[in-house]
Order: sequence, then C-alpha cells, then structure tokens
Amino acid sequence: MLEIENLHARTGGQDILQGVTLTVRRGEVHAVMGPNGSGKSTLANVIAGRPGYEVTEGSVRLDGTDLLALEPEDRAHQGVFLAFQYPVEIPGVSNMEFLKAALDSRRAANGQEELSAVDFMRRARDAAGRLDLNPEFLKRGVNEGFSGGEKKRNEILQMLLLEPALAVLDETDSGLDIDALRVVAAGVNAFASPDNAVVLVTHYQRLLDHIVPDYVHVLVEGSIVRTGDKNLALELESNGYGWLADP
Amino acid sequence: MSDQNQAVHDRLARDYSAGFVTEIESETLPPGLDEDVVRAISAKKDEPSWMTEWRLDAFRRWRTMRAPNWAHVRFDPIDFESISYFSAPRNKPKSLDEVDPELLRTYDKLGIPLHEREALAGVERPQIAVDAVFDSVSIATTFKERLRDAGVIFCSIAEAMRDHPELVRKHLGSVVPVTDNFYAALNSAVFSDGSFVYVPKHTRCPMELSTYFRINAENTGQFERTLIIADEGAYVSYLEGCTAPMRDENQLHAAVVELVALEDAEIKYSTVQNWYPGDEQGRGGIYNFVTKRGACLGARSKISWTQVETGSAITWKYPSVVLRGDDSVGEFYSVALTNNAQQADTGTKMLHIGRNTKSTIVSKGISAGRSQNAYRGRVRMNPGARGARNHTRCDSLLIGDRCGAHTFPYIESRNPSAVVEHEATTSKVSDDQLFLCAQRGIDPEKAVSMIVNGFCREVFRELPMEFAVEAGKLLEVSLEGAVG
Repeated sequence: MLEIENLHARTGGQDILQGVTLTVRRGEVHAVMGPNGSGKSTLANVIAGRPGYEVTEGSVRLDGTDLLALEPEDRAHQGVFLAFQYPVEIPGVSNMEFLKAALDSRRAANGQEELSAVDFMRRARDAAGRLDLNPEFLKRGVNEGFSGGEKKRNEILQMLLLEPALAVLDETDSGLDIDALRVVAAGVNAFASPDNAVVLVTHYQRLLDHIVPDYVHVLVEGSIVRTGDKNLALELESNGYGWLADP
Repeated sequence: MSDQNQAVHDRLARDYSAGFVTEIESETLPPGLDEDVVRAISAKKDEPSWMTEWRLDAFRRWRTMRAPNWAHVRFDPIDFESISYFSAPRNKPKSLDEVDPELLRTYDKLGIPLHEREALAGVERPQIAVDAVFDSVSIATTFKERLRDAGVIFCSIAEAMRDHPELVRKHLGSVVPVTDNFYAALNSAVFSDGSFVYVPKHTRCPMELSTYFRINAENTGQFERTLIIADEGAYVSYLEGCTAPMRDENQLHAAVVELVALEDAEIKYSTVQNWYPGDEQGRGGIYNFVTKRGACLGARSKISWTQVETGSAITWKYPSVVLRGDDSVGEFYSVALTNNAQQADTGTKMLHIGRNTKSTIVSKGISAGRSQNAYRGRVRMNPGARGARNHTRCDSLLIGDRCGAHTFPYIESRNPSAVVEHEATTSKVSDDQLFLCAQRGIDPEKAVSMIVNGFCREVFRELPMEFAVEAGKLLEVSLEGAVG
C-alpha cells in the first residue's frame, strides 16, 4: 500500500533523510525506531506533506498514487493520517466543529454525503468513550487547555473518526503516563484492521509492549540500517542504538 | 509563507458581492461646501428654521476645527470641496408601492427585504423592520403601521423632524455635541438622512429594527444621523448594515449615532459594516469616520454595542457609552477585520459617572495582508463613580507577517473603590494550525475562516441569530486571499 523508495529529504538547510526505502502492506503494523535526530519525525512529516520539508530524491506512493505531488489536504483525502507529536491549539473552535469539518471535507472529496449531525454525534461520542474521554471533551476548543495526555488521546480520537487507510503516529507515546498509554494503545489496536496500516514512530520500546508490530525498522542518520520483528525492539531496549551505528 | 498558501492566494481574488452600481436618475448637488450648500440641504428637507440655524452654527464651528490626526491611520488629506454633500434618487416615493423598481431590485440583490408581504411570508426568518437609506435619503421604512400600534416610532430622521420636532429638538446633539470632533461637526452641518427611533415607556419593541445604508452615487459623501431614544423601561434591538459599489476613488462616510436610554431602558445596537474596502492595492474604498455614542441617563439602564467591521478602506470609530445613571451598564463587543491595505483604528470609550456602573469591553482585531488594525479604548472612572467596574479584553490575531496589530488602552481612575481590569493578547494563525487542519483534510481557506470564527466566538454570540450567521459568512468572504 505504502511504497517509499530511496527517499531523500532536507529541512532547515540540512539533509535528514538519505535514502529511505520502506514498504507497508495493508493489515500491517510497522514501528520506526531510532535515536534522536535520526530522521523519524522528518519521515512522518514528509509522508503527510508538512511545509518546510524538501524532498530531493525518491518517491512516496500510496496505492500507486504519487503522494509527493499532492497538497497535504489531498493526501488526507487519500487516507493519510498523521498523529502529531505536538498537537497545536485552535482556541474557540470546538473539537466537535473541527472533527465535523474534517470528516465532511474527507467525505466530500470522496464523493460521499455529509454525515447528519445526529450520526456524527453518535460516532464522536462512541469514539470518545473508547478513549475514556468525557463527552464534554468534544465541546472544548481544539486542544485548548488540554493536558499532554488529553492532547494525545485527542489525536487518536481523530484517527478513530476519520478511519484513515494509513495512520502514522509520531511519538504518540511521549508524555503519557502508563494508564494513558494503555488507553491510547487500546485505541490503536482497535483501529488496526486488515484494511489499513499503522506506522508507529517512537524512540522507546515501551509502546511496543502494548501495540505489537509486525516489523521494526531502525533509522540511523537518515537511512534504515536494520529491519526485524518485535524482538529487534527488545534488543534495542537492552543494548541501545550504539551497536547499530558502526557495523 | 509556503507554496501551498501561495497557491491559494493566487487562486482567489477578493470577492465583494455588493460592489455593483444602480443606474438611477439622481439629483445631486454640485461638489463643494459653504453656507449656501448647508441652507440648500435644509431647504430640500423642508426643515424648520431652528434646524437650519442649528446646521449653520455647526458649519461655522466646523470651519474653525481641524481633522484629528492621532489615529494610527494614514491617508492623503481629504479635499472637502470635491465632495458632493447631497444626492438623492429623483423620484421620492410616497409609499412602499411607489418605490422605484430599480431600487427595490438593488435591495433585493443585497438581500434586504423591502416588501412587508415577503417578509411576512417568510416563516423561518424573524421579522425585521427596515429603513433603507440610499445615498442621502431614506427611501422606505417597512412595518411602520405595526410598530405604530405598539407606540414605537421608526422613521427617517427627516420625517421625525416634521412629525416629532419636540423629541428631535430635545435629544439631537445631546449625546454627541456639535463640536465633539471634526467629523461630528461636519455631520451636524450637512447630515441628510438616517433613522429615528422612539420606544415609549415600558414597551418592548415587537421586532428587530434595522437600517440599511447604501452609498451609490459617485463623488458623494454620506452623512447620516441616527437617533434612538428608549424611554423608561423600554427595550429595543437595532441593526445596521452598510455596503457601497466598488470605485477607484475614496468616498467619505461620516455618520453620527446617538442613543439615549432612560431609567431601566435597554438599547442593543448591532452593526455589520461592509463598506467597499478598496482593491488589493488599496485603491478606492470608503473612509468610515463615524461618531457613535450612547448615554445611559437613567438608573439601571443598559446600552450594548456589537460591531463587526470588515469593510472600509479606513475605519475610525469608537462606539462609546456615558454611564450617568447609577447601576447602568455599558457593553462593547467588537470584531474588526482588516485585509489587503485596509486600516482600522477602532475601539470604545466607557465613561463612568454614576455609582456601581459596570462596563465590559471585548475587542477582537484580525489583521491580514498588509493591513493595520488598532484597538483604541478609554475607560474613565469619575470621582463619583463609587463601586464602578470595568473589564476589558482585547485580543489581536495576525494572519501572515506583513500586517500590524496595535493596542492603545487609556485607563483613568479617579475613584479608589472603582475596579478596572485589562487583559490583552496577540496571537498568529500559525503554520502549525494550518497544517493540522490540512492534515485532517480541511483546505486552507476553510481552515483560516474556522480559526478566525473561533477567535471571534465571544462577540458573535452577542449578535442577533440571523446576523451572527451573516457575520460568519462575511468574515469568510473578507478573508479570501488572506492566506499567502
């Protein structure tokens, strides 16, 4: 489904990705791990099309569509979802209004009718319930005054509602206490299905105790230096990244 | 900014849907201003001699005054000799049925119902009585009979001078004195029309009242005068809308609005100002130099201003409240949006005289393009204003990096028991916010309008329902091309 080939990208005047090749099929969960500054977040942002990142070589395709040629909103309409590492606030815009606008534009782009307000509310409440969020949460401004944990859960809430084909989670585990981590992981596990794929970008192994990946990739200095199964993550946990840097 | 935003910017030219011209035969005075012009305006309106003298006195005083230069706006000096001070459609209708069909079509295009029947038939729309002012004259006022049954007087100020001279004479200039400022003095000399409202004691006005101001003629200034009086225990909600054709020259709109609230009376005054703002380069547009003030004369009276200012090349406007009655309340809720080369210097004055008077100020300024947007406010607690309170909240939102937002609050407290609070914030529509929206599939135009609407929520809540929806849409249109 997702095919990344020889991807080179730069940001802030620095070459970050130096030839990443990665294939993700439907029904799979991939973890991309690596030390700070290895390019994990850059990879996530380049897939989603964040302004400020320049692709100098290579390609990213989703079901054959050249993602790099699309605006970020069109990538979203194709089914790309990015759970942000640092979700921003949009004061005065209620979570509900934001979610409805997102869902409506996604549906419109795919030739589907807008959801009725009743239908939408039912789905939103249901998703909030699955993440242990009070329905009142939906009325608050987007991320406005949310705790770190609430912000991350809100990202997962959006994912559950938008039902993307490809979910890229950028350091979703950072800043979560163990209870919140469990709730978020349960949300992701409930989401993952044979029809979609999940890419977890993470620095630590602890998220992978709760979401078991099919593949683990280690990114060092902008390229994938090793791919394995969940045991690779455990090895990294005990040995660190150092042993991979100099083969 | 990013390529993505640039693309949006390129795609969208600003759309001002009210920018058309109505072809109609008008009677227009030649440009220029002297005592003869003032007399001619007064004569055209068959005014009593005291009114002519009042105007001439204002004119003589205006001659000695200078245009204010303290506002944070820039423009070439206005040549007052090049403006025509009176323009009116040639055929003055005697009733609604006689209004020129071309004028009816104009208001129809603007979405203003001038037919009572249509307004009556529309079940989903709340009934609104409209006074339509076209250039210098009021061409029609709807629902007059129904209002008269309730004892409410709603007519053009010219009619009021004829039919209710005692009320006009007593209150005209009582809140905004002739010499209050340069533009108020000019208005006092040459004002042509505007609306008059009187709500009798203990009467709740049965419907929303509104005036729709339309500038059509070229090289013409519009100087309207509005006077609203709410007698003891009365309540009225009044709306005001404004548009003008797109022209390359600047046109002057110098209005005066006076509100008088007696004991226990309440006046709610809402404005959606959408004068032509000029083009992207800053050519043309209306100079909106307006003096609006309300006097809470009676105890427990209340005056509330809500304004959504999206139009005009330059806005210079400070709807204010003089809180004379004990326990009286003044409110000011404002959204001022500037885009392209627009400039706005707007805010309010709350003058606390009576005991336990209370005022609230919520100002939301949005600047986009190369525009400059200033909040200017004065809160004054007089020595007698024991227990008076003010709370001011003043937020600025910047879109892009070429615009400016400025805040000039003046606070003066002469009573130790008075409490004045001021909060201010400045924020930006950030690339991160836009990317969050885009990543969720929301295009940049929709995203900006959603973010701005969220920012303005507190103020929109104060608008009558129908206006709130219109205001939201208007923001959306005014922001087109702002991302880039």
